[in-house]
Amino acid sequence: MAVTVIRDKCIGCKICVKACPFDAIDMDGKIAVINEKCTSCKVCISKCPVEAIESDAKEVAEVVDLSAYKHVWVFAEQRKGKIMNVALELIGEGRRLAREIGEDTKVYAVLIGDKVETLSAECFEYGADGAYIIEDNLLTNYTTDGYTKVLTDTIREYKPEIVLFGATHIGRDLAPRVAARLNTGLTADCTRLDVKVSSYIDYAKKSTTLDTSDLDPASDDKGLKQTRPAFGGNLMATIVCPRTRPQMATVRPGVMARREREAGASGEVVKVNPTLSADDIRTEVLEVVKSAKEIVSLTDAEIICSGGRGLGDASGFELMKKFADKVGGVVGSSRAAVDSGWIDQSHQVGQTGTTVKPKIYFACGISGAIQHLAGMQTSDIIVAINKDADSPIFEVADYGIVGDLYKVIPQIIEEWDKAEELYEATLDRSAE
Amino acid sequence: MAFKIIVCAKQVPDTNEIKIDPVTKTLVREGVPSILNHDDANALEEALKIKDKHPDTHITVVTMGPPQAKDMLIECLAMGADDAVLASDRALGGSDTWATSNALSAAVEKLGDYDLIFAGRQAIDGDTAQVGPQMAEKLGIPQVTYVTEFSIDDDRKKITVKRKLEDGYELIRIKTPCMLTAIKELNAPRYMSIGGIYDATSKDIPTWGAADLGVDPDKEVGLEASPTNVFRSFTPAPKGKGMMLTGDTERELADKLLIGLKSTHVI
Repeated sequence: MAVTVIRDKCIGCKICVKACPFDAIDMDGKIAVINEKCTSCKVCISKCPVEAIESDAKEVAEVVDLSAYKHVWVFAEQRKGKIMNVALELIGEGRRLAREIGEDTKVYAVLIGDKVETLSAECFEYGADGAYIIEDNLLTNYTTDGYTKVLTDTIREYKPEIVLFGATHIGRDLAPRVAARLNTGLTADCTRLDVKVSSYIDYAKKSTTLDTSDLDPASDDKGLKQTRPAFGGNLMATIVCPRTRPQMATVRPGVMARREREAGASGEVVKVNPTLSADDIRTEVLEVVKSAKEIVSLTDAEIICSGGRGLGDASGFELMKKFADKVGGVVGSSRAAVDSGWIDQSHQVGQTGTTVKPKIYFACGISGAIQHLAGMQTSDIIVAINKDADSPIFEVADYGIVGDLYKVIPQIIEEWDKAEELYEATLDRSAE
Repeated sequence: MAFKIIVCAKQVPDTNEIKIDPVTKTLVREGVPSILNHDDANALEEALKIKDKHPDTHITVVTMGPPQAKDMLIECLAMGADDAVLASDRALGGSDTWATSNALSAAVEKLGDYDLIFAGRQAIDGDTAQVGPQMAEKLGIPQVTYVTEFSIDDDRKKITVKRKLEDGYELIRIKTPCMLTAIKELNAPRYMSIGGIYDATSKDIPTWGAADLGVDPDKEVGLEASPTNVFRSFTPAPKGKGMMLTGDTERELADKLLIGLKSTHVI
C-alpha cells in the first residue's frame, strides 16, 4: 500500500475525499481511509491541509543495472512506403530527448516493411542520427504478429533506452504487445515527454498547476517523464518507468514539433536480418483499403473551423464547409455533432478524436466539454462563437463572440479578405 | 460443444459528467455515475449477436475492479451474458496495464477453455487501449484491435473482421481462439431486458482475489509490481480568459475579430 492516512493527524475535513480523482478515499467515521481504487497518484497528499497523508512509494529507482540500454528509438511507421507524419514528429522529439540524456545519445528511426531502406533518407533529414532497417517480404503489410516479433527481437539485441511510437491505430496495436513481451512499461497517448528534471519543471511551471517545489532542477534523474491526459482530459498524469527497460510510450499525433528538414542529411544505417516465418503470423490480411471519403487532415491544418451541437442540425456543416473554404481551413467537429450523426467521426476533435493545434481554431456552437478542450486548447488562437455566454468554451477562447453563428459566420466570410484594410484603418486612426 | 466467449469489461466513471471545480481546480466527482464502459458494451453486444444465432454460445463477462463493479456485471448479465466474474482484491489496486493484464489473463485461464475474447478497445477513464493486446500476448493468442465489422464462419473456427485505420480499413481473417477489441462503429448495444434483469439478480457472481487467481502481488499485480508508476499528477492549467468582443451588429463583431487576428499576425 503506497498512500496511507496518518490516523492521528487526520482532522476529518474531507478535502482529500473531494480532491481524489479516483474516488479512492472513504470516510471511516471522522478519519479518511484509502480504498482499493487508489492509483497512488498523490493528489491527496498535496491537498491535505494538515499533512496527514503520506506515500511510501519508492520514487528513486531501485538499483538495477539499466546502463546496458542506450539511445532513443522511434518506430518510423510507414504505410505503403509513406512515413506517417507522427513518426517524423517523434524523430524530432526523440532527438531532443536523446540530447537531454547525453551528448553521445542518438536517435534512431526503426523502419519495418518490405523494401523500406530508401525511406531512411527522409528520417535523416528530419533529424535521425541513424536507422535500423528491418526488411522481409512477410512484413509488406502490417500484422501484429509479424511486427511484434521482429521489433521485439531487435530491441532485445540492441537494447534501446527509450522506444517511441505514434499513437496511431497501428502504433497502439503494436506497442502494448511489444511491451508485454518484453515485460516493460508502456505509457499510452502521451502529450509531453521530458528527460531532465529541469525541463519537466519548466514545462510544469508554464502549462500546469503542479507544485514543483519538491523537485530538484539539478537532479541527475534521466528517466523518461511521460505526461498524458486521463479522465477525458480532466487530469494529467506524469508516468515513469523506473525499473525496466526500454521505457516505452505511444505519443499522440500532432503534439510534437517536427524539426526543420535538412536536405541531404545522412546517418548510420543498421541492417537487421529478421527471423520470421509465415507460421509466426496468425492473421491473414485480405486487403487494405484506403477510404474513398474525404481525408481530413486535422493535424496538419493551420486553421480549423469546428462545429458543435449549436449548429442545430446536419445542414450547419454546409456553412462550416463554406467557412473553411474561405479561410483555407478544414472542418472539425465536437463529439456531440458526431454522436448526432451530422458529420463523420474522422472530423472529431477532442480526447476521443484528434488532437489539434492549429494557428486558429474556430469553435462554433461548441459548448466546450472538457474532452473537447483536451483536444484543442493548445491551439495558438481560439475563437469561440456561441449563443450561450456561460459556455465553458469562452474560458479558453482568445476571442469570444456571443451571438448567433448563422449571422456571425457569414459576416466573417464576407469580411475575411478585407482584414488587412480593416487593420490598417485602425493603425491610421491610432496614429492620428 | 458449446462456443465459449469471454467478454472483458470495465466499470468507469462517466467522464462526460466530470467537471472541474473552478475554485479548487480539482475534479468534482459527486453525482458522477459509474457506467459500463462504452466500447465494452459494443464488445458484449457482438458476443450476444453470436449467441442470438447460435444458442449454444456461452458468454462470461470478466472484470477487475472494486466490489461495486458487481453492479456493472449485473447489467451485463441483464443484457444477456450467461456468467460473470469479478477480480477484486486490495492487492490488485494500483495495477498499471501490464499488471492488470496479468490479473485478467489469470482470470481467463482459471475459467478454462475459450474460443473467443472480446474486449472494448479502451476505457474512457484511462484511454490506454493497452489491456486487450497485453492480455492477448500473455495468453499467447492473436489479436485484432479497432474492429468495426465482424463475421464468423458457420463452423465458428474462422472469423473475418474489418479493422479500422485512420485512413481506411484492413480486412483480416483470423482463427479462433483470438482477442478482438471493439469500437463504437461495430454495433449498437442492446438494452437490458426485464427478464434479463430478473435472472441477473439471482445469479451468483464469484469474486476472485489474488490468491484465487494465483498471481503474486510482489511480482505480477498491484502497484509495486507494475513497471510504470505515477510520478506526479495534476490538473491542466486553464488557459487565461481572452477578450469578449462586443458590437451592435454581426458585421461589427466580425470586423473586430479580423482586426484582432490581423494584429496578432495569425492571418
